[in-house]
Amino acid sequence: MPASAPRLSRFNVTALVLGLAFLYLPIVILVIYSFNASRLVTVWGGWSTRWYTEFFNDRAMLDAAWMSARVAVVSASLATLLGTLAAVALTRGERFRGRTLMSGMLYAPLVMPEVITGLSLLLLFVALDAERGFWTVTIAHTTLTMCFVAVVVQSRLAGLDRSLEEAAMDLGCDPARAFLAVTLPLIFPAIAAGWMLAFTLSLDDLVIASFTTGPGSATLPIRIYSEVRLGVKPEINAICTLIIGFIAVLIVGASLASKLSSGRGESAAPL
Amino acid sequence: MSARPIFTRPARLAAIAPYVWMVLFFLVPFGFVLKISLSQTAIAQPPYLPLFGFGDGVTGLKASFAALSLDNFRLLVSDNLYIASYLRSLVVAVISTALLLALGYPIAYAMARLPRRWQPVAMTLVIVPFWTSFLIRIYAWINILQHDGLLNKILLALHIVSAPVVWLSTDAAMYLGIVYSYLPFMILPLYATLAKQDEALLEAAADLGASRLQAFWLVTFPLSLPGVGAGVLLCFIPIVGEFVIPDLLAGSDSMMIGQTLWLEFFTNKDWPVASATAIVLLALLLIPLLVYDRLQRRQLEAR
Repeated sequence: MPASAPRLSRFNVTALVLGLAFLYLPIVILVIYSFNASRLVTVWGGWSTRWYTEFFNDRAMLDAAWMSARVAVVSASLATLLGTLAAVALTRGERFRGRTLMSGMLYAPLVMPEVITGLSLLLLFVALDAERGFWTVTIAHTTLTMCFVAVVVQSRLAGLDRSLEEAAMDLGCDPARAFLAVTLPLIFPAIAAGWMLAFTLSLDDLVIASFTTGPGSATLPIRIYSEVRLGVKPEINAICTLIIGFIAVLIVGASLASKLSSGRGESAAPL
Repeated sequence: MSARPIFTRPARLAAIAPYVWMVLFFLVPFGFVLKISLSQTAIAQPPYLPLFGFGDGVTGLKASFAALSLDNFRLLVSDNLYIASYLRSLVVAVISTALLLALGYPIAYAMARLPRRWQPVAMTLVIVPFWTSFLIRIYAWINILQHDGLLNKILLALHIVSAPVVWLSTDAAMYLGIVYSYLPFMILPLYATLAKQDEALLEAAADLGASRLQAFWLVTFPLSLPGVGAGVLLCFIPIVGEFVIPDLLAGSDSMMIGQTLWLEFFTNKDWPVASATAIVLLALLLIPLLVYDRLQRRQLEAR
């Protein structure tokens, strides 16, 4: 078999096409249904944007969306700062006391069932007698998402050629200057990707937010969840489509930006 | 490695803030879960009897140690509800992970065989659904699976079935939802190891007389085992504690442990039992968690 021949067998093509169709079809169907004029979700009544109007007149939903947006921006920013610091410490700090504990604390939340994380944080907030609402959810989301940021930034830092930093220091930079002038610009795409990942994870989270929020400050997923439990509603289709559209714009924008700035798009794809 | 010690010190200083944060908001809270799992339920706000207050002094501390009880854990092992939901969680996680591996492997394999310039595109296409909300993706399936949903309409129109089939609130729907949600988590680590493999190995196998299938089982698959391990753990651990998917898609006759915990906490307001449930769940996951931790660390730090 010649090595240069394309190795795409019919089996491979089928697996790819079916796999991607499986991943995307349900979302496409949801988006189409959101423009359905009929109140019965599954009966097609022509194209319409009435459910979008309905959403923009739904005070409680809008409040929840605003709450989610604020939590996502603040927690993603905090998480990016903390996660980047953690990544720097783990990749450049060599061995230090408590390093194993630190990396364990950073990797465990990635797979920890959300019910455990949510419950444990809530019990902490109750013990501290903290008022539950915006800040408790924000802290909870920061704790979860900084771990994702740390992994994304860490993998970028680990792949970075260290001789660049060393060259900068040989030329007289102190470590802080070398980091700011050389390392930071190089890992910036990963930091940006980390922020976006943190942002979308926060926007998405239902379980941890349910545990850590207080009365009167529901996030968007909490509102959506309580509606979904009652059955499918066309308005929910519209909201979901808006969220998908928003995130799609964010991803496309970010990948274009990273392509323009670095010419190497791969770092914008985390995990 | 000849790392500059001069760069090491500031890097260590950078650890302080995230370290303190994680100790305070990740480690310490587990202490509270443990503590409350040993306390007794009370009809109060918060709904458990307080244990060791900070101002009690030594006698107070002794008294609170005496008040610790394993009642909640005794309840967990004596009541079938809890044992059944732990078992169900494990069974669901094993079956789902097997399904994910069976579906994810061919997709990851095909991705790794794509021409080089198409691979990042395929990878992005697999990642994008991961960025859209979990809840939304499950909701999308409710649209399709409900009684008069799209699936039944298609099946009826094609005369495959004569009456609408009940899809929602079944285990089948739940497995579909889990596989759908976790597929990217399985594909990505598999793809990462498969893409790194040297094709010359397969040629060598072919030269030595192996058929393509033999080459796959003797060369490709064993070499991809680290990716298999990572994918399996990345899916298995969170699925055991999954709440949203079984709650929205499965029937209500049997529950997974995440649902039981949720019910104890939000509906029965029995925080001590919810905490004990969490402790046992964590204990069950400890071994896979430790294995995962080692894999993850090796992968990120060995580059």
